[in-house]
Amino acid sequence: MNLLLLLDMVAAGRGDEVAVQAGDDRLTGGELLASAWRAAELAVGASALAYVGTNGLAVPIGLFAAAAAGMPFVPLNYRLSDDQLHDLLAPLGDTLVVAEGDVAAALVARGHRVLDAGEFVAAARARGAAGEVPADGDGPAVLLYTSGTTSAPKAAVLRHRHLTSYVIGTVEFAAAGPDEAVLVSVPPYHVAGLANLLSNLYLGRRIVYLAQFDATAWVEAVRRERVTNAMVVPTMLARICDVLDADGGGLPSLRALSYGGARTPATVVQRVMTLLPDVDLTNAYGLTETSSTIAVLGPDDHRAARDGDPAATARLSSAGRVLPTVEVEVRGPLGEPLPAGEPGEIWVRGEQVSGEYAGGGAPLDVGGWFPTRDRGRLDDDGYLFIEGRSDDTIIRGGENIAPAEIEEVLLQHPDIAQCAVVGVPDDEWGQRIAAVVVPRPGATVEADDVQAFARRSLRGSKSPEIVSFVETLPYTETGKLLRRVVQADLLATG
Amino acid sequence: MFIPGTDIEGHMKLRPGQKLRSAVCDAQVVVVRAPSADVSLGCGGAPLLDDGQDADGAATLDPSLGDGPLLGKRYADDDLGLELLCTRAGTGALTVDGRPLLVKDAKPLPSSD
Repeated sequence: MNLLLLLDMVAAGRGDEVAVQAGDDRLTGGELLASAWRAAELAVGASALAYVGTNGLAVPIGLFAAAAAGMPFVPLNYRLSDDQLHDLLAPLGDTLVVAEGDVAAALVARGHRVLDAGEFVAAARARGAAGEVPADGDGPAVLLYTSGTTSAPKAAVLRHRHLTSYVIGTVEFAAAGPDEAVLVSVPPYHVAGLANLLSNLYLGRRIVYLAQFDATAWVEAVRRERVTNAMVVPTMLARICDVLDADGGGLPSLRALSYGGARTPATVVQRVMTLLPDVDLTNAYGLTETSSTIAVLGPDDHRAARDGDPAATARLSSAGRVLPTVEVEVRGPLGEPLPAGEPGEIWVRGEQVSGEYAGGGAPLDVGGWFPTRDRGRLDDDGYLFIEGRSDDTIIRGGENIAPAEIEEVLLQHPDIAQCAVVGVPDDEWGQRIAAVVVPRPGATVEADDVQAFARRSLRGSKSPEIVSFVETLPYTETGKLLRRVVQADLLATG
Repeated sequence: MFIPGTDIEGHMKLRPGQKLRSAVCDAQVVVVRAPSADVSLGCGGAPLLDDGQDADGAATLDPSLGDGPLLGKRYADDDLGLELLCTRAGTGALTVDGRPLLVKDAKPLPSSD
């Protein structure tokens, strides 16, 4: 099934309602479909349609125009350097690049076929004749670069059938009430931004784009546009809390807030539950290669935790349960399925799971299972606990140690704002545990104190042997810690 | 009339993503889950048509079979492993092997997007 069919259904069923909005610029479902067909004509002759820019109408028009033209949509991180963008674009062949501002000029200078994003949107809105929705469900719909926290970024290939399976399997067509609106502030090159667009469009929920995340602008947009739903990554969540704490105004229109994209410290979730007691909270876990969400911890789980249920409180640090359309297995080092309670590598299977990378490489096994390279465990009730990337696992004296467990403990220290735990090479133990700590502003904390605090909850083999202090830690745009940078910095400074 | 890809009773092998349309009303569906066995799909009493198949001009809508499919609803037969998504509403009722296809219950998931 082709992605464009989803928009075609929206245009047929609720085509006169505003579907997407950026500032005061709005497009109904019908107008979006017509714009996509017109924009598809602009891309004739190209083999891919790339987008380098912030959130705006060019994103949905570009995505569906690419589908109408039978080519993949390739959203790229607009913060990359001109050289990096050039390197990512080069292997795509003859690409139409839609870009904002200065980036457009820089890419023209390097010989790319470029359209300014504003001109692209204006030309697309000049209305064209609609065509027949392509029957193709097997072609690549989107190429999406993975975060690259543990290795160089790879382009995941998401085919039409992966994305449409995800949407049809998780949301009901036109189920949103007429007053519902979602604020999309995750960047367009992140799978959550893509899933936000597709799910909410299909639901019939008005999509309000924030060009890029800023906590104050986000809070203002929720209030001004009477936003009912939103999805954010953990770093955004913490900053939103800071703004709400400072102004005390609340978010009366907001009904549901989901968070995901990286591990969220329990302290942040607790803070949101206190600040926004009436909002339904959902934690979503997924990967680029799985077309976004594969497990959710829902509002009922959050409320049970807030009401003090100890099992629910423990599950607050889980990713919840896998979707009914997805299967999960935790496997040991020999590939054997492990029973509940035992940690191992997380494998998933389902129609939304791609696992394919551009330029070859589809790591699905013969049974169609995809290795997430995340480590975790299931509890007796099927709640999935993520311990972190397999590549991040510290192996000290033969013992597998998940950095996340130690970081959760250190973050409980009143003077620690952020921390990263990594392994450093060691002749005796294979690896030793190092903690890199960002103290709270104005606080002073000593290495001895950090180690003593860790030993109160962790056994000796899991306590950091090396503690160093920094002013900031390196994170990606979407809140993922860049561990390989932390590790390299630590080794460079000794 | 003989329709290519079908046998004399209109049985056909379905594949996920396949688009089918009604011969007697505006209804269109997409196959979401395809059964392993060949089945006969109807709408309003006439066989559903695959791309490239022409409607039999003589077919008429049988209203006694029930209401037509609604846009965006899924119609399923769990015993067969069949699921269709309605992409255009229509007035003829969907059937599989002569039995009515029932609308699939939507179990709302927590909103993660």
